[in-house]
Amino acid sequence: MYVYDHYDQQMVDTRVAEFRDQTRRRIEGTLSEENFRPLRLQNGLYLQLHAYMLRVAVPYGTLSGAQMRMLGDIADKYDRGYGHFTTRQNIQYNWIKLEEAPDILADLATVEMHAIQTSGNCIRNTTSDQFAGATPDEVVDPRPYGELIRQWSTFHPEFLTLPRKFKIAIIASETDRAAMRLHDIGINLVKNEAGELGAAFYVGGGMGRTPMIAPLIRDFVPLDQFITYAEACLRVYNRYGRRDNKYKARIKILVHELGAAEYTRQVEAEFAHLLTLQNTAGNIEPPLAELERIKAYFADPAFESGLSDSLDLANADFAKWVATNTAPHKVPGYAIVSISCKPVGGIPGDATADQIRLMADLGRDLSFDELRVTHTQNIVLPHVKKADLFGLWSKLVAADLATANIDQIGDIIACPGLDYCSLANARSIPVAQKISQAFASNGKGEKLGELKLKISGCIIACGHHHAGHIGILGVDRKGTENYQLSLGGSEGADCSLGTITGPGFDEDGIVGAVEKATDVYLANKQGEERFLDTYRRIGMAPFKDAIYAKEPVNG
Amino acid sequence: MNILTGNDLKTGAVIWWDGSGWSLHVNDAAAVGDEAAGIIATEQAARRVNGAYLIEAEAAPEGIRPGHIKERIRALGPTVRLDLSLKPADPAAGNWVI
Ligand code: SF4
Repeated sequence: MYVYDHYDQQMVDTRVAEFRDQTRRRIEGTLSEENFRPLRLQNGLYLQLHAYMLRVAVPYGTLSGAQMRMLGDIADKYDRGYGHFTTRQNIQYNWIKLEEAPDILADLATVEMHAIQTSGNCIRNTTSDQFAGATPDEVVDPRPYGELIRQWSTFHPEFLTLPRKFKIAIIASETDRAAMRLHDIGINLVKNEAGELGAAFYVGGGMGRTPMIAPLIRDFVPLDQFITYAEACLRVYNRYGRRDNKYKARIKILVHELGAAEYTRQVEAEFAHLLTLQNTAGNIEPPLAELERIKAYFADPAFESGLSDSLDLANADFAKWVATNTAPHKVPGYAIVSISCKPVGGIPGDATADQIRLMADLGRDLSFDELRVTHTQNIVLPHVKKADLFGLWSKLVAADLATANIDQIGDIIACPGLDYCSLANARSIPVAQKISQAFASNGKGEKLGELKLKISGCIIACGHHHAGHIGILGVDRKGTENYQLSLGGSEGADCSLGTITGPGFDEDGIVGAVEKATDVYLANKQGEERFLDTYRRIGMAPFKDAIYAKEPVNG
Repeated sequence: MNILTGNDLKTGAVIWWDGSGWSLHVNDAAAVGDEAAGIIATEQAARRVNGAYLIEAEAAPEGIRPGHIKERIRALGPTVRLDLSLKPADPAAGNWVI
């Protein structure tokens, strides 16, 4: 894992001191809310439905045991004993007091953490593959490049007031676990025919009001030029992105309106210009030595060799959990473990302070002191010895963290919705809870296999509903909560946007509609097809017929 | 009726104007008329409230009921964590917001 150098620490410490002073002045009255608001947002502090909310950054989703432990301690010390892991691979606290916010940032800084780039129209924290550095299917660990992006983008003077927020995701495998093409810039690290590493750039994706899948604009940027290329992408956006209309200000609209070809042409021209500055003071590409310095921190931990892959699966519950919640590791005898933060009927992504500290300890002791936060609101221990799995599972069971449902219908993504979020139109969490309970009690959850269900409480789409195999969007229909259903979305390598089935439903109706959609799948499924595959083969019509069929009238 | 709400500047807590000060309980809210803008200006300047605004509510027999579901959830607390709401002992409290 990356360790702060003197500069990193000083930047974060200075920021804490500044914010402490700003907060003091706000409370004393020498700073108005109008002036203070952008300052607190630059430090991740929002005013939400019930209190201030603090969003803490977890760059590229990677945490040490000590960092995770601190997240648990903060939940106890400053909040009401829990935190909420979000689709941005970070954590939010819901009950923060303004007067304590500077102390929280100071505590975070002691473990090299902060809340920078979690709000505002800047380059936000980079997200990545939660299996990075552990999965056999990557060409390289993407995190050193994610760290390079962090260093380039943090406080980047030219990009602090972009037309809108800007999200970058970086991965390095064909299996996209980070919804890469639904970001403003998605970078996929690839190898060319000569075996050299480079970066494929996808630009102009996003969810929200106008969902778009990012087109590929360059299939190979040499790695010693990839920050320069990102700079060129941002410059064109910063110059021409629309500042007149908030709803048209994201880069996806610019790329769409210009056309990918014209946007690319402009980026290439800017890139060519930037390359002419390479040997001058105007060069913005970090020296390769810096990349090498960063890479050293992400070297493989001291894996043991010659370990056996065999597991005693006599315990049926354990065997089920191994089947759903572990993934193959690149080193024999190890596994990647996904800890589900989605107990049946629970609040997706919420974890108590005790659970967070337990996961911290398990990460420290059993996963070379490493944890990851996933965009699906779960926690990953990337490097667990198979021989340790049973012991790990037993501890998770005792803490209600062993639900065997990763990527199944119970593993619902749900944004905070109207229970917490001031932008919401409808509640997301109660719908998630009802669906999770319904499919646990009718026993269908497991039979359905992979089925990604995602719920957002408004069109901003933090719950990624557009990308759900089944997506649910909360809308406000004349002051009452209403839910739109969509089918056929995917955030993976087979990225697609869901299609709305038709008129919306109330809270109970949406649960019934989801049940009917899954029945259509089970009745039509061929071979090993997933819900998404069946939907793509048979199309919307049979689902629509079943969902909107009139109940037969008896008598 | 119209009532005034906002958040406590230091704690962020949801608060309601009760005629002379701010209460955590919507049932304490006082109807306000033309004086609302003046109250908002004075109270914000005194930093007793952050982001105050006027909402519509109904004086129902069981108490004051804000017109919009968002305000009812603000008044109660998260319906999925009633233990943290203002009615932790009432398992049916969430029905009030609908
Ligand atoms: S999708 Fe909307 S309701 Fe949900 S967290 Fe985002 S802004 Fe709030």
